[in-house]
Amino acid sequence: MTYEDGKLKVVGTRPIRPDGVDKVTGRANFGADHSMPGMLWGRILRSPHAHARITGIDVSKAEALPGVKAVVTGADMAESSGSADAGESAINLRDLSRNVLAHDKVLYDGHAIAAIAATSDKIAREALKLIDVGYEVLPHVMDVDEAMKPDAPLLHDDMFTEGIEPTPETSSNIAKKMVIGFGDVDDGFAKADVIIERTLKTAPVHQGYIEPHACVATISEDGQAVVWCSSQGQFVIRDLCSQLLGMEAADVRVIPAEIGGGFGGKTTVYLEPVALMLSQKSSRPVKMTMTRGEVFRATGPTSASSMDVKIGATRDGRITAASAEFRFQAGAFPGSPVGAACMASFAPYDLENVSITGYDVVTNGPKVAAYRAPGAPQGAYAVETVVDELAEALNMDPVDFRALNGAREGTKAPYGATFKVVGNLECLEATKDHPHYKSNLGPDQGRGVASGFWFNIGGQSAATVAINPDGTVSVVEGNPDIGGSRASMAMMAAEVFGVAVEKVRPMIADTASIAHNDVTGGSRVTFATGMAVVQASEDAVEQLKKRAAKMWDVEVEDVVWQDGAAHTATKDAPLTLADIAAQAGRTGGPITGNASINARGAGPAFTTHICDVEVDRETGAVEILRYTAIQDAGKAIHPSFVEGQMQGGVAQGVGWALNEEYIYSTDGNMENPGFLDYRMPVASDLPMIDTVVIEVPNPSHPFGVRGVGEAPIVPPLAAVANAVYDAVGVRMTELPISPPRLLAAIDAYKAAAE
Amino acid sequence: MEYQSPGTVEEAVSLLAGASGTSKVLAGGTDLLVQLRSGFVEPDLVVDLKRIDALTSITEDAGGFRIGAAVSCAELGEHAALSAAWPGIVEAARLIGSEQIQSRSSLGGNLCNASPAADTVPALIAARAVCSVVGPGGQRDIPVEDIVTAPGETSLQPGEIVVSLNLPARPSRSADAYLRFIPRTEMDIAVVGSGVSLTLSEDGTVSDAHVGLGAVAPTALLVSEAGQALVGTSCDDAALDAAAAAASAACDPIDDKRGTVEYRVRVAGVLTKRAAAIAYQRAGSR
Repeated sequence: MTYEDGKLKVVGTRPIRPDGVDKVTGRANFGADHSMPGMLWGRILRSPHAHARITGIDVSKAEALPGVKAVVTGADMAESSGSADAGESAINLRDLSRNVLAHDKVLYDGHAIAAIAATSDKIAREALKLIDVGYEVLPHVMDVDEAMKPDAPLLHDDMFTEGIEPTPETSSNIAKKMVIGFGDVDDGFAKADVIIERTLKTAPVHQGYIEPHACVATISEDGQAVVWCSSQGQFVIRDLCSQLLGMEAADVRVIPAEIGGGFGGKTTVYLEPVALMLSQKSSRPVKMTMTRGEVFRATGPTSASSMDVKIGATRDGRITAASAEFRFQAGAFPGSPVGAACMASFAPYDLENVSITGYDVVTNGPKVAAYRAPGAPQGAYAVETVVDELAEALNMDPVDFRALNGAREGTKAPYGATFKVVGNLECLEATKDHPHYKSNLGPDQGRGVASGFWFNIGGQSAATVAINPDGTVSVVEGNPDIGGSRASMAMMAAEVFGVAVEKVRPMIADTASIAHNDVTGGSRVTFATGMAVVQASEDAVEQLKKRAAKMWDVEVEDVVWQDGAAHTATKDAPLTLADIAAQAGRTGGPITGNASINARGAGPAFTTHICDVEVDRETGAVEILRYTAIQDAGKAIHPSFVEGQMQGGVAQGVGWALNEEYIYSTDGNMENPGFLDYRMPVASDLPMIDTVVIEVPNPSHPFGVRGVGEAPIVPPLAAVANAVYDAVGVRMTELPISPPRLLAAIDAYKAAAE
Repeated sequence: MEYQSPGTVEEAVSLLAGASGTSKVLAGGTDLLVQLRSGFVEPDLVVDLKRIDALTSITEDAGGFRIGAAVSCAELGEHAALSAAWPGIVEAARLIGSEQIQSRSSLGGNLCNASPAADTVPALIAARAVCSVVGPGGQRDIPVEDIVTAPGETSLQPGEIVVSLNLPARPSRSADAYLRFIPRTEMDIAVVGSGVSLTLSEDGTVSDAHVGLGAVAPTALLVSEAGQALVGTSCDDAALDAAAAAASAACDPIDDKRGTVEYRVRVAGVLTKRAAAIAYQRAGSR
């Protein structure tokens, strides 16, 4: 069933979000808000070294401290193998186990070594100081290019590069090599009149969610466990905990808390298995929370990257060939998003010849975690910088150049898929027509544009709707709400039922109360879980029609559902949803609707951004003057939340471009593990970010939804860098464009010109 | 940990002088509470100065001002006469942290936390502020630049507290200005800070000028050469460039996560030039 745009009553409006009041009044319960009687406080001992062999751990003094109830180390963990499906990606359980608690080596500053549960947080902190760890400090490597060298310090003696035939006989830090593409790039470059080739680098950056990781875990004597935590998926937390600890899934019930930001970083486990181990050992509930420093040092940043991009075009502006090599830092264990970078970075272009090589490289940093369109912002920074330079070399408007070569319906993407209906050209056209693009600039000001792409995914979702006796509707689904999805679910259900959105209450259930749902990630929830909610609602509407038929004593085929009520030709008065609900007990019992799906056909998102900057040539400071994000959302269920996603992605992308980076000492210790010196933008750093929501409906979704959450972080890095170039004539090929770095580049440019 | 909030200077001094373990003074707590929560300091005694009238009031004194060491930065901004006479000091105070932080933070706390990057200290140095210090041995006056001796260290003796920061009376055509560089627009710590205070003579040339620099050396600096470069000039480009060069030459910074040596030296000159131009313009419009 699909719904016609002109007839929608709820979808496309902007109601107050159902979870809003609790969030603005402080009533909402986040990960650290749950407490239990007899609860202990857990703390983790972390490595002060970037790379060291653990020669011994003596916990006896800590165990003897009064108030300490349990101490665990990696030796307490079962040996894990195989991989777990985490929705967007597979997680290697052996690596995960070693990341949760180091087994024989510490691989980064902040790597967890041991954990303590005590009757107070103070005692737990005291006890950490009593654990003696013997280290044999090893040489470390942080930079991805350095880590790839044959003589680099090795993190894993047993790692042999995958994707090379035959498999190398010597171990290396290169976990994997991949190559994708089609056509003949040598031939394509031979036909080019202009070729631009650049090497660019980006620093590791953190998702920067405001809420640190937190959980409470308890295991009773019969092995039944309950975990309260904030995550992007209660099911992935359940599955990873049960698999790491050798438990059955049904014995671990995970209750989702409200989540204070995740951006991909809360799709795996850090504290939860440790809290369960401590609870098992102490027979008490255990609460664990991370400090901000722990969040930075030990949880997922995204990859630093080093990238070579080469693009050639004819004099009339047609791209003839494109190639790239992406080298991505994975942190301590394999699993950088380099694959997605390879697949996504050239996707806005209709290419005949393309070849992309990617390397997944381990380094002595925290294991990277997903971060909003993982891999795509880095790749787009490289590609869109080169595209900008190429357009300039051809003396073409950068938007016209993109449109001339733009991906469209029927374009074969570098990763092999052929695009169906996509909104790339519509975004470019809206960019060109936007007053922002036509406005004038002053001295030291510049404008940059960049495009972005994200696949979006579907995946497994389950939803249940229950019709309450008073005619209100409960929607139960299984995806933590990180972007306003509860509001969207309620709106889609209300649209199907034909009732006011206030009559629908959405709820996010725990792992024992609904079937499996993949994580909140991949921009999948409004699309896939939304589709499940629509189908469950349609299922309930069918039940309602049957009940109405029974009440009227007519055939169900003669009943139609319209505007929240059953109608039939022989009766003047319709039976409203409330009328039918009130009689449910007499017509067959409670009325529910269910859907369990693996949603296919997620429509990809395309987007183009315009950024204006002003550069202070004496200090290297960059001010963002004006910013406009244009994106195809397919259909905006709740436009405010679509706009909010776009603005949030831009804010994070601007931070990535200008100031965010992990700063390490020569010993490999993180020097800025706090929001003071890890500089995310503050509100006053940004202008109001304008948004233009383009709606090219996705034919695979009943309302035309495409995922929107990730694409907006893809273009800003290049949009900012291109704007800086336009302002001062300097191509910034390394991020962040921090003031000292930009001032040095301006000086070098001036010196070269003189 | 023991917490005390005495009502008089004498009580505060006696508590601090009589303390056996480590003690800390709370003059707002915007640095101390962060240090406590991170486990960086674990004092046995915390003495809160916020309940002492003498430390929480601003008095005009023979054309100058006595600013209680624990007066909040927000109150400085609300004090019309002070804001008019010393706009540079007030703008420095209003750069610290955020609105919320400024409702607690104070000049005394900012000074005695002894960070090289304290925002108000270069402005106070340029203003030639003098601190009234009271301790077990009585009261003494110390120029503000002599309080901090090294990062995290002061010349205060055990039991001594800074009671007030005293600003001299101003000739009519005088003004000051403070600029700092941070990579963001707020909620950050100075990479470089520069305060300039100057007075104009009848003919519009500078008769007296002082420059204070922050975050470019182990302590905030009084850069006499930079001030001298402005005296006798009308802050033309040549004079501003000379002051900038003198400011850069005085720098002895470190490379750290907030900035490089080269960058700090360069930007110290840029900010001094810009702050001097603002102060000159302000003084001239009086």
